[in-house]
Amino acid sequence: MTAAPPAPRTRPEDGPQLSSVRERLWEAVLDGDEYAAVDVVLGARDAGLDEETLLLDVIGAVQQRVGVEWAADRISVAQEHATTAINERAVAALSGAGRRPGARPRGRVTVTCVDGEWHALPARLVAEVLRLRGWQVDYLGAQTPTPHLIAHVHRTNPAAVLLSSSLPTRLPTAHAAITACQAVGMPVMAGGAAFGEGGRYARLLGADHWARDARDAADLLEGGTAQPYTSVSRQAVDDLPHLADQEYTMVARSRPRLVKQTLADLEDRFPAMAAYDDAQRERTAEDIAHIVDFLAAALYVDDARLFAGFLTWTADILAARGVPVHSLALGLDVLSRQLHDFPRSSSLLEQGASALAGHRPGSPAAGPGSGA
Amino acid sequence: MLVVDRDGGIVDLNDVARTLLPGVARGDRLHDAVPGWLTEAHRLLARGPQESAPGHRSGSLGDRVFDAHPTASDDGDVVWWLVDDTDRRLAREALRSEQERTGILAEVSSALLSSLNVTRCMELTAHMAADHLADAAVVIAPAQGRRHPLTYACKDGAVLQANRVIDPATVPGLAEALRGFPPVPTRWINPDDIPPWAVPAGFAGPLGSVIVTPLPGHGVPAGALMLLRSSTERAFSEGEEIFARLFAARAGAALSAARMYAEQADITATLMRELLPPTLTQVHGVEYAGSYRPARDNERVGGDFYDVHPGTDPSHESLVVLGDVAGKGLEAAVLTGKIRNTLHALLPLAGDHEQMLNLLNSALLTSHHTRFATLVLASALRRAGRVHLRLTSAGHPPPLVVRRNGTVEEVATRGTLVGAMPSVIAETTETVLAPGETCLLYTDGITEARGGPMGGELFGDRRLRQALSECGGLPAEAVVERVQMLAAQWIGGGRHDDMATVAVSAPKSGALRVVNGDVPIDGSEIWHRRKG
Repeated sequence: MTAAPPAPRTRPEDGPQLSSVRERLWEAVLDGDEYAAVDVVLGARDAGLDEETLLLDVIGAVQQRVGVEWAADRISVAQEHATTAINERAVAALSGAGRRPGARPRGRVTVTCVDGEWHALPARLVAEVLRLRGWQVDYLGAQTPTPHLIAHVHRTNPAAVLLSSSLPTRLPTAHAAITACQAVGMPVMAGGAAFGEGGRYARLLGADHWARDARDAADLLEGGTAQPYTSVSRQAVDDLPHLADQEYTMVARSRPRLVKQTLADLEDRFPAMAAYDDAQRERTAEDIAHIVDFLAAALYVDDARLFAGFLTWTADILAARGVPVHSLALGLDVLSRQLHDFPRSSSLLEQGASALAGHRPGSPAAGPGSGA
Repeated sequence: MLVVDRDGGIVDLNDVARTLLPGVARGDRLHDAVPGWLTEAHRLLARGPQESAPGHRSGSLGDRVFDAHPTASDDGDVVWWLVDDTDRRLAREALRSEQERTGILAEVSSALLSSLNVTRCMELTAHMAADHLADAAVVIAPAQGRRHPLTYACKDGAVLQANRVIDPATVPGLAEALRGFPPVPTRWINPDDIPPWAVPAGFAGPLGSVIVTPLPGHGVPAGALMLLRSSTERAFSEGEEIFARLFAARAGAALSAARMYAEQADITATLMRELLPPTLTQVHGVEYAGSYRPARDNERVGGDFYDVHPGTDPSHESLVVLGDVAGKGLEAAVLTGKIRNTLHALLPLAGDHEQMLNLLNSALLTSHHTRFATLVLASALRRAGRVHLRLTSAGHPPPLVVRRNGTVEEVATRGTLVGAMPSVIAETTETVLAPGETCLLYTDGITEARGGPMGGELFGDRRLRQALSECGGLPAEAVVERVQMLAAQWIGGGRHDDMATVAVSAPKSGALRVVNGDVPIDGSEIWHRRKG
């Protein structure tokens, strides 16, 4: 559930007033001034801006901009946490208003993030919008382990579970959550950048619905998500027969070994690396680990676009920080030597390398999923 | 056996055929003597070439079913051998319906097993009963207070739920079915005796037949199931009644399991509420944020804990506690509850941390718990925009302070753990936080997290300090989230211990304001205004 569309929509309210509110919130957030941020939001509400617009086209848009600014290396990752915390307070200041006038009371739904997902604000915005539209929402927040989610579903019997994920590397975990919900007869609506362009991975992983953004989620729910009377019990491999080749399992399980070996091979081939200090070595190891994680995710969904999208996005991120991009290609080369016995991995690495070779670095998107 | 000539005249018939077709004699016309299917079979056979004719036909004679096998004789007559097939057919029909019912029961079981929610189990029961057993179904649950939860379903229709005050005695057999005692069989009920509440809205046509069957539970009845058919449908057969009982047995077991789960979950939630870490916010001008991740994903509590006890007013210190009990899971969590309560009671003595720790120590030593604990106490007071802290560690990793410029300092306090030795020796240290500065209390689950890109490595002090050095000037929540996120990513999918962090920050903006007011006021003013 990407909170804000990448390009601002043209909406009746989207006039100079809206962009001025957005600009003032952006400044308050960047300043780390929660009081100013809260004042901007509440002031705009008192001036007649409706809450849904404030949540999605102001706070959501500002949060989107935070991601873009981080990607362009104009703010630090710690600042990103700070701005998110301030944005959360702005959301909190708006919430508790109850449903908006005219909205009729609706059923109960659960909004949650996939376990391991730290980007909770998009899900929070969805939860608040649904509340405004009359739903009784249980918002479970970031980092919700699937056993907690299922226990919650048993206790509350919601009309649907809305599952948010921004990182494609969480797709296997998202799949586990989707199948677990459906096994207890609960329909799942997936949303967020992790599920790919047009929600292609949401469909692949068997989600009952996919929402483009918060408004889409609310509209879909209003259209009705009939609770199936039959539960669907299935295993991951039933949705994804290619998992039978065990390549995903192998790559995911041997991640530490792959990283260690790749690092050692890189040092052999590039003596300059021997001069790296611990922090530099660690950063390189983290970069390799990222590549392995995205390779594993691409193996899971069997889609080269996921891996290639990550690589070109990383190239943009590196370019924005003045880091030479060729190191990425070298890493791929070393990794592919270790994985030459694995046909799907080899093919993904090959397609990734050629996507990288044909890529002209540009201004990076907010995340590896959102730019694809 | 029957011999028929080319033109349909009966040439001969044996004794069995005479018994079967009473009054038929030689010379009669076939079409006067037997049902149409056999006349037609003979006509086709006599007219067409024999090869193209079907080998045999079947149909009923009287109340039995026969296969007819023709044999042509040389003179053009046909000998019809009639073989009684009735019992085989009955057996096959019984088998088919048995298979169908087994299939339905399997579907019912797996659907019901999937849910542990009472409401959903009742919906499923009513829906499937209406689909497979009757035209409509009503599930009547035991009363909650004065009202009975009722679930209505019509075939192919929506399921509706309502809580209504009903008198079960108005439906014959219902009161007994709901009591579960004495054991009652399924009851056929005169449709005229059915009160209006028992008929689902949207039920088409007048009632034809109704049965009520108990939903047997685990020791206590799970409710009753009422099946309704309209008068245009046939009445329930004995086989269907037995099947309804089998269905009810499964539904009752599932409902009981769901009810038991709900009760247990409620009890757990109530007990757990006291053990869950509190949500922290700003108190008396000081920002607090906490985050907790238990060792096991299927648990919510563990051996780490924290609390913030606000001072009686902004001129009094608030007390922050963060600690770690040896062990994991529920057992450790129970001891954290005890420590938290004891410290709460000792709040008036928070002016002297060492004394407080010694009193806690005595309380732990005299309890039956054999576990010990480490903890940090921090007393916080905001004066003129700065937060004054008194910190004491009892065998716990020392707190870290991050300054505005990103310098990270360790707070030099040390002491012995509680609950192990006759007394605690601890040293209290003071520090001051300028606006935008944060003091982080954490448990060793953070620094001892194992993982990293190459696996098996400790997160360690160095990485924690490195992470904190980027957190100068950040709000308390952001610091806590950043540290927990880095530790979680370090661990990846691996095992870990309980991990708790609490950040105490001096707010960045000098003036403190009420969230939705626009007057900048100091914390003490809030207090005075409230009192006034």
